[in-house]
Amino acid sequence: MIDILDQYGLLLLMGQYPYGPLGGLALTLFIAVAGLVISFPLAVLVGVARTSPFRGFRVFAGVIVNAVRGLPVLLLIFWAYFIVPLVIGHSISGITTVICALVLYELAFMGEVVRAGIEAIPKGQVEAARGIGMTYGQTMRKVVLPQAIVNMTPSILNQFINLIKNTSLGYIISVNELTYAAYQVNAQLLTKPFEVYLILAATYFLICWSLSLAIGKLEKSINARRHSVPRSA
Amino acid sequence: MITFRDVQKYYGEYKALDGITETISRGEVVVVCGPSGSGKSTLIRTVNRLEPISGGTIAVDGQDVHAPKVNVNELRSRIGFVFQSFNLFPHLSVLQNVAIGPTTVSRLSAQQARERSLVLLEKVGLDNKADAFPPQLSGGQQQRVAIARALAMEPPVMLFDEPTSALDPEMVGEVLNVMKQLANDGMTMVCVTHEMGFAREVADRILFMDAGAILERATPDEFFNNPQHPRARKFVSDIRHA
Amino acid sequence: MELLNFGAVLQGKYLGWLAAGAAMALGLFAASWVAGFLIALLLLALRESGVRLFEAFAQAFVAYHRNVPQLVQVFLWYFGVPQLLPDAWQAWINGQNSEFVLVWIALSLNCAAYMSEDLRSGLRSLPHTQLEAARAIGMTYLQSMRIVLVPQALRAAFPPLVNQSLSLFKSTSLAMTVGLAEVTYASRQIENETYRTFEAFALASAFYWICSFALTAAGYYWSERLQTAGRRA
Repeated sequence: MIDILDQYGLLLLMGQYPYGPLGGLALTLFIAVAGLVISFPLAVLVGVARTSPFRGFRVFAGVIVNAVRGLPVLLLIFWAYFIVPLVIGHSISGITTVICALVLYELAFMGEVVRAGIEAIPKGQVEAARGIGMTYGQTMRKVVLPQAIVNMTPSILNQFINLIKNTSLGYIISVNELTYAAYQVNAQLLTKPFEVYLILAATYFLICWSLSLAIGKLEKSINARRHSVPRSA
Repeated sequence: MITFRDVQKYYGEYKALDGITETISRGEVVVVCGPSGSGKSTLIRTVNRLEPISGGTIAVDGQDVHAPKVNVNELRSRIGFVFQSFNLFPHLSVLQNVAIGPTTVSRLSAQQARERSLVLLEKVGLDNKADAFPPQLSGGQQQRVAIARALAMEPPVMLFDEPTSALDPEMVGEVLNVMKQLANDGMTMVCVTHEMGFAREVADRILFMDAGAILERATPDEFFNNPQHPRARKFVSDIRHA
Repeated sequence: MELLNFGAVLQGKYLGWLAAGAAMALGLFAASWVAGFLIALLLLALRESGVRLFEAFAQAFVAYHRNVPQLVQVFLWYFGVPQLLPDAWQAWINGQNSEFVLVWIALSLNCAAYMSEDLRSGLRSLPHTQLEAARAIGMTYLQSMRIVLVPQALRAAFPPLVNQSLSLFKSTSLAMTVGLAEVTYASRQIENETYRTFEAFALASAFYWICSFALTAAGYYWSERLQTAGRRA
């Protein structure tokens, strides 16, 4: 297995870069980060819409969320592959397709995370803000969302781990991320699928597991800060 | 200042407020008391529309609070409300808690808001905690900050919804002292409270409520020494034995 | 070509492909769910056994399945594991419906990992006094688990279990990557022949939405039944 790593390690790590486009693990991480960054503001909008006092927003966001959550990510990728070029007017790269599909996926799932975060803020906070005359918008922006998003950071980072795992589905449209790169290595070697795919699994495991350990630590420190005991006067 | 005219409120079938009619004048300090479930908290929460009403009218400074066209945010900025559970914003410092109303609602500049907030924090005795955060303060301190936050909007009337009920006994005094100071400064105040000592010292009038209606209106002296309504009499004697 | 022509897709052999694909997806889901749930109970027992080795194994099992993408897990089973088996076994497996069996194994184990964690949280949420009360009347640890704790844990874990079931159902789409003819595979085949991309994907989506809705509705219904049962008892 070491010799596989030795020979193909760079390919798995970076694709053909610098002699070609970025690929492998680097591309995986790029897609995941792009997915997170683009979907986050959209997810906040969805979460706010889901808790809006206006029924129209609530229902609309609810339909989108339930529609996206009812479909496998694979099918979302196929839809993106088909629809986005139609909407934009020209064809797009596989990478863009995957990012679009993942953004759609995350705005539903992360939108639900944001919704849970908003609903977890005690009603008294909203009453106090409205009580001094703040509008709904000001209350959201200055009191509810700042607290909700900080509380929900561990869950949001968990979604990032999901994104990393979901980039593997780019394989199906030949996007040269880590899984597809491993597939190509296997196609060359032919006689060692177990080793190749074990290396693939181990790579994902190392990255996702370390991230989840870091998130665990973050959660502990958020909880510790929240429960700091008030001192007597 | 505040006028209630035949105010009714239902929660489904349950009648929470039963034809409340009352006037509270400018500069008056009125204490609303009564047994649990009497509707006193509900009543005070209808004044700034935290709760809707089913019938009747409530007017603050001549303006019908529950009229559909009224700008509720502008109205609330002119009514100070202090909650039983303080409801400070934990992600903002003490100073920011007090200043956020003036900056976002009254549109003061940051500098002006800051100055006003520091003055108020000094008034409630917490200017040294301006940069602390709510979870670091005791309950009594948090409630005093909450009072400063309400005062920062410079409202002509202050409403208190059981401001000391969630506090440990040794911290009740510091909050009551701030409220007494406010009363002496001439603020119009409506307080729902169990603190009868406070009522005796500072209140101009006591409204006794039970089952959603005002059963007795009297000065503190009259109320505590010679209650008229049978349920008021029971209430006063129950407190005495507490 | 006309704008939309569902008729072209819903006839003859195409309809047959779709129906077969739907049956395959549902069959794979059911088989994986049953196996996954049973293995989850086993994992729960290992995790709570008190024997350090068993607990560590269960933890590692769960960590692997949560941090490696499901697609990679499928690949490892389908491409990798047969390589490790003796030649005779390999030949036998290839003769059978190896796609179904190996994907079934991959999905079941993945599902078991997540379900065991959901059950474990359900168990943790029960007051400690339940176990004490059971032991106090003389039940053994195993009896307490079987008769008192696990049934309540199941009730508590119901919502996440429904979610996990939904996730399992959608993940049957991954089987298409190794050539198993479930719904997504069928819709791709139809699309390849008829060029009716929108219609083909729309039908596949409709299948997933209808089944997701049915699953969630069943979940609500059962959780209501469970709640009342708890109160009556």
